[in-house]
Amino acid sequence: MAKLPVQFRLNGSDRATFVDPASNLLDTLRRGLGDFGPKYGCGQGTCGVCTVLVDGEPQLACLTLAVACEGRQIETTSGMADGPNLHPLQDAFMDHFAAQCGFCTPGMLTAARALLAKNPQPSREEVVEAISGNICRCTGYEPIIAAILAAADAPGARRA
Amino acid sequence: MLDLRTCASLSEAAGILSGDRQALLIGGGTLVMREVNEGRLTEGTLVRVTDPAFRQISAGGARVELGAGVTMAMLLANRDLAYLHAPARGIGGPPVRTMATIGGNLFAGTPYGDFTVALLALDAQVVLQSGYGSGRAVSLEDFLSARERGGQGLVTAVQFARPQNPAELHFRKISRVKPKGISVLSIAAYLPLSGGRVTQARVAYGAMAPTPIRARGVERALDGKPLDQAAIQAAKQAALEGCRPATDAIASEWYRREILPVHLGRLLAGEPR
Repeated sequence: MAKLPVQFRLNGSDRATFVDPASNLLDTLRRGLGDFGPKYGCGQGTCGVCTVLVDGEPQLACLTLAVACEGRQIETTSGMADGPNLHPLQDAFMDHFAAQCGFCTPGMLTAARALLAKNPQPSREEVVEAISGNICRCTGYEPIIAAILAAADAPGARRA
Repeated sequence: MLDLRTCASLSEAAGILSGDRQALLIGGGTLVMREVNEGRLTEGTLVRVTDPAFRQISAGGARVELGAGVTMAMLLANRDLAYLHAPARGIGGPPVRTMATIGGNLFAGTPYGDFTVALLALDAQVVLQSGYGSGRAVSLEDFLSARERGGQGLVTAVQFARPQNPAELHFRKISRVKPKGISVLSIAAYLPLSGGRVTQARVAYGAMAPTPIRARGVERALDGKPLDQAAIQAAKQAALEGCRPATDAIASEWYRREILPVHLGRLLAGEPR
């Protein structure tokens, strides 16, 4: 089966590649474009570790057809830091010990980023709802919730 | 190996789906890509629709029409559809809701498909298009009972009469994990009141049979009655009529049968979960 071309903007850079017709976005990012920010977890849309932003909305890269991303803006955790300066969410995750094994962290950061871009001052309930599609088996969620609430108050946290 | 066809029009997609038994529509991807990722879907053609009509919402008039490609997130962003926000919010977490479509939910196997339960309570119709002809509307109940046989054509939209009083549509998803968990069961009830009595009640369940079902016994028990303790008790006694719940990883058949009347009673009485 012939491969199909796909072009999109990944973390601010135009990228183009060829994909198998039924390839998902996660494989395209990790194997095709070398962006290892989003992880492969369940492949079923349950765990949320592959969450990326597509045109600013959280989506599961493992369930997203790569060719459906033609011309769209894709953002992953790989593009969150500004050079050596971490995104306030990344700082908050470190300050609050919100990462243990770290596997869920990219998805959690992306889900939190989507929330704060729309709602810079979320309530605790809104944070819980925002990360409800992401599973963490280490921290018990509380440090993650605390980190997101802290980042919401942090200067510069509103930059998406 | 899987092929992909991207169709700019609904009729083109319907034509492919009618002419090729191995063709399968891919909407948001939450059902189809799971199959691909797990290696259960390896042959055939995925059909993708980019027709704007597929994602159109017409919610202002007496008759509501939602394109099959409308996502749960699109519904949640629409104030005219606030009465459907509870069932839409019951679907997955935010990333899933960005992707999951109304049309896809009609095909979700039990214990998924909670949005379809709400559509059943609204007595929705499914617009099907076969080949290049125009669409035809069939009742959602008939569509669901024929779902496993397949071959019904392309689902282009769902339609229903806008509820006169949106507050008369009630929905509950019962799950053990909050805020996001798979359904133990779900209940939707449309209970229009006229002169203090329920008229033409429509009640539907999810996860209490192989597909979402109407609770005809409950509807009969409520019709023409005031929503008082006697009617609620009668509804609870009729609650399990027609139910064939499964035992799965979420709950046993026994448990589902035990708790359905309890939650139905609470919903009808307006009590918290």
